[in-house]
Amino acid sequence: MSEHRIELTVNGRRHGATVEARTSLGEFLREELGYTGTHLACEHGVCGACTIMLAENGNGGQAVRSCLMLAVQADGAEVTTIEGLAEADGSLHPVQQALRDNYGLQCGFCTPGVAITLAALTADGARPEVEDLEAAMSGHICRCTGYQGIRRAIRQLTGTAQPAGEHA
Amino acid sequence: MNAGVPFRRMVGKRAPRKEDARLLTGRGQYTDDVRMPGMLHCVFVRSPVARGTITALNLKAARELPGVHAIYTHADIGQVPIQLMTFFFTPIAAPISLLANGRVACVGDPVALVIAESRAIAEDAAALVELEIDEEVPVVTISDAARGALVHPGTESNCSQEMGAAEIPEAVQAILDKAAHRVTKTIRHQRIAQSPMEARACVASFDGAEELTIHISCQSPHFVARYVSTVLGVPQEAIRVVAKDVGGAFGLKNMPWREEMAVIVAAKLFRRPLKWIEDRFESLTASSHAREQEITLTAGFDAEGRLLAAHGDCSINNGAWPMGEDCNIAVHMFMWPAYKLPAYSFHTRGWYTNTMGLGGYRGPWALESLIRETLLDDAARQIGIDPIELRRRNLVRREDQPMTTGMDITVTDITPYECLEKLLSEVDVAAFRKEQAAARKSGRYLGLGVTTYVEPTAVAGIMTPLTGETAQVRIEATGKVTAMLSTHSQGHGMATTMAQVIADRLGVAYDDVTVFDSDSAIGSYSPGAAGSRQGVIAGGASWRAAELLADKVKRIAAHLYNASPETITIEDGMIHIAGAPEMSRPLREVAEIAHGEPFRLPEGMETGLEAQYRYQPPPMTFTSAAHACMVEVDPETGFVSIKRWVSSEDCGTIINPGIVEGQIAGGLAQAIGQVLLEEMPYDAHGNPLAATFKDYLMPAYTDIPDFEYLHANTPSQTIGGMRGVGEGGAIIGPPTLVNAIADALAPFGPLDVALPLSPHRVLEHIERAEAAVRLEEAI
Repeated sequence: MSEHRIELTVNGRRHGATVEARTSLGEFLREELGYTGTHLACEHGVCGACTIMLAENGNGGQAVRSCLMLAVQADGAEVTTIEGLAEADGSLHPVQQALRDNYGLQCGFCTPGVAITLAALTADGARPEVEDLEAAMSGHICRCTGYQGIRRAIRQLTGTAQPAGEHA
Repeated sequence: MNAGVPFRRMVGKRAPRKEDARLLTGRGQYTDDVRMPGMLHCVFVRSPVARGTITALNLKAARELPGVHAIYTHADIGQVPIQLMTFFFTPIAAPISLLANGRVACVGDPVALVIAESRAIAEDAAALVELEIDEEVPVVTISDAARGALVHPGTESNCSQEMGAAEIPEAVQAILDKAAHRVTKTIRHQRIAQSPMEARACVASFDGAEELTIHISCQSPHFVARYVSTVLGVPQEAIRVVAKDVGGAFGLKNMPWREEMAVIVAAKLFRRPLKWIEDRFESLTASSHAREQEITLTAGFDAEGRLLAAHGDCSINNGAWPMGEDCNIAVHMFMWPAYKLPAYSFHTRGWYTNTMGLGGYRGPWALESLIRETLLDDAARQIGIDPIELRRRNLVRREDQPMTTGMDITVTDITPYECLEKLLSEVDVAAFRKEQAAARKSGRYLGLGVTTYVEPTAVAGIMTPLTGETAQVRIEATGKVTAMLSTHSQGHGMATTMAQVIADRLGVAYDDVTVFDSDSAIGSYSPGAAGSRQGVIAGGASWRAAELLADKVKRIAAHLYNASPETITIEDGMIHIAGAPEMSRPLREVAEIAHGEPFRLPEGMETGLEAQYRYQPPPMTFTSAAHACMVEVDPETGFVSIKRWVSSEDCGTIINPGIVEGQIAGGLAQAIGQVLLEEMPYDAHGNPLAATFKDYLMPAYTDIPDFEYLHANTPSQTIGGMRGVGEGGAIIGPPTLVNAIADALAPFGPLDVALPLSPHRVLEHIERAEAAVRLEEAI
């Protein structure tokens, strides 16, 4: 196995490491750096639980599946994981708050990926339509909630929510 | 100390979940997040064939790989004597071992266990193991099992359990013969992979001579401790099981199985902490599966559509190494309690095959609602009566109760009829029928499914592992409240709902209550999440424990402040004395005295401020519901789109509507997956054919509609009046959707129900009907 020296920024902190070429970014973030909020659930790019935000060469952050990307490919990148989403004072990111307000999670295993995707699409003042966020959710599997709370969270984030507690 | 005490500020509220702050910020602790010094990683070598004798197992190349510490086979693991048990703590009858003992009986059978520095190295080594098997023709289906070779040589039959008789008893047959209408329906239910997002996982560490610490993805740390202690024959007090966060379980993680037990035994032999994290390929093909069953039900009706008698015949494909080698008698037990059916007989069998064994899954007896409710719709069409009217004529109403069914189930407070009426107040059936008729004229096929059911929840005291629940509640010297519970959560939100109950009954702020429920070292035995019990039994235990504790606070306050206990109330963490507002004191003051100044307590009173209550509820608490679903089926693509879904359920006292609705929705999503998408097929060679989430179709965001909820709130006879709600959606969901599809496709004739009703199957149905019409026209 070939080994490679990489440097990257995760949640604003710089890290340097030597990684095997085959190590996925998700495994590297969890095992080497201790960002265990990134969950590996299918490891073949379908379920979306492992989604992280990745910025390269000044590009805005994009939602990326960390099980399909190798750690070596993230050399020089800026990564945001679920641990880096809330403010330093602990106040939740609007996406996290919307998921919390709407019972958007139960077991919480798929949640970091869902939150990161929604955060990436609403970053930098972007104002996506409900349909854009819903289309992105086709890349996430949740086994617990039937997506009801995620759907309400999306409506809250896009200002299209019904009052809390009302159901059709 | 009764339900009339006026502290109900949190019960019934959509309180934000206490778990979320941790889980939303990546600070949960799932089993794969646990690390121990010196910990090594395990990977299983599994059988690639369904049946045969192992002729060679060469480990040399694998053992020589740098980073590999050990490779264990049955010869090693088998040195530790074990007796695997079912969920009911009865011995597994099949000749089971943790790793294959000379023979393999299904694809995925664990053959060897690799222990290495990293999971990657362990996987490399597993690939270097040379395994040769003298392959035999496998027994794959239920009909194979009836005719084929013995799955477990040396046993008497592939039928592991049989109850009832194939021949319909004369008394029932006589009624069926005379019935004005006789309806028979058959359903083939596919095999399901439970697929929690976190697959199975465990970390096992032996410390000292006997002490064992297990972190495991499970449904109850207490159950696991008891199970491991029983299987290994070691004292339970030496075993500590921790499951802080669990990424979904759904019945699959009811009990540790061969892999987790093999890792635990390997940790005992190797004396290093060992971690096993199941990958998705294993989770789909080698975790216990669920559901694969066939059932035929015949029912007789009088001329007015009243049920007279019925007979059901069910077979379950249990696979080679099921967690329970049973014939799912619960399907028959719970088929009719909601309906007035004078006579029922049944025949039911469980079969071994060379497929992965079955385990638990949300609503394991759910086939009863599927076959009954779909048969009732067929009957309505055959008799020429509205399906809702047919149900009205047969449902058990309040005035019919108490009522005992032929299967000896007594219902005293079920409300399926009332749930149905409530549902129909929200769903305009007449308007839908008009829309449906108009749509059909333009070649669009709309359908409506309406179903009713009841479900036994919170079963306690009548089956070995299903017990009562304990709550220990303590007011710390700081005035904050800590609760330790025997129950367990895998996303159910117990830290939230139990805090709501305790806050209300004790009279403290919700924010001041912290609940612990994830460690066998605290609380006491319960099966955790099993049989929709947490809200009912743990809720009742928390309710009463908090009341007992409030009572103690009042007695101390009365003594300290020279008042009588009846004049004292506790509200929002303050102690008030009626008629003396100036005497109000923070609860903290009493707590400090109770802990630190025992001489100020009433004479003889125990110091500290805590209470414990173990709640033994009635043996069963029934939940009722009626659901309606509207679909459109595209006759060109066979695609089913769900237009509307309304749930009308009665789960008694609701602690938190957000959590109740989350449970219903999650069950319904799984139901939609079962009816439209999910399937774990096997080929004729016994190969599981869905190895990834590209093949095993999980319900996605776009597959699930917005659900609407109506809540009836008939308090049950339990403390607090709750009824269980965890499994209901998965039980009533499938027949509701199948009935809607069958209604939409009624112009094409009766729908053959083989699940899933994939676009391919729906198109086959339509094309068969069209071919029949063409044939008729040609003649």
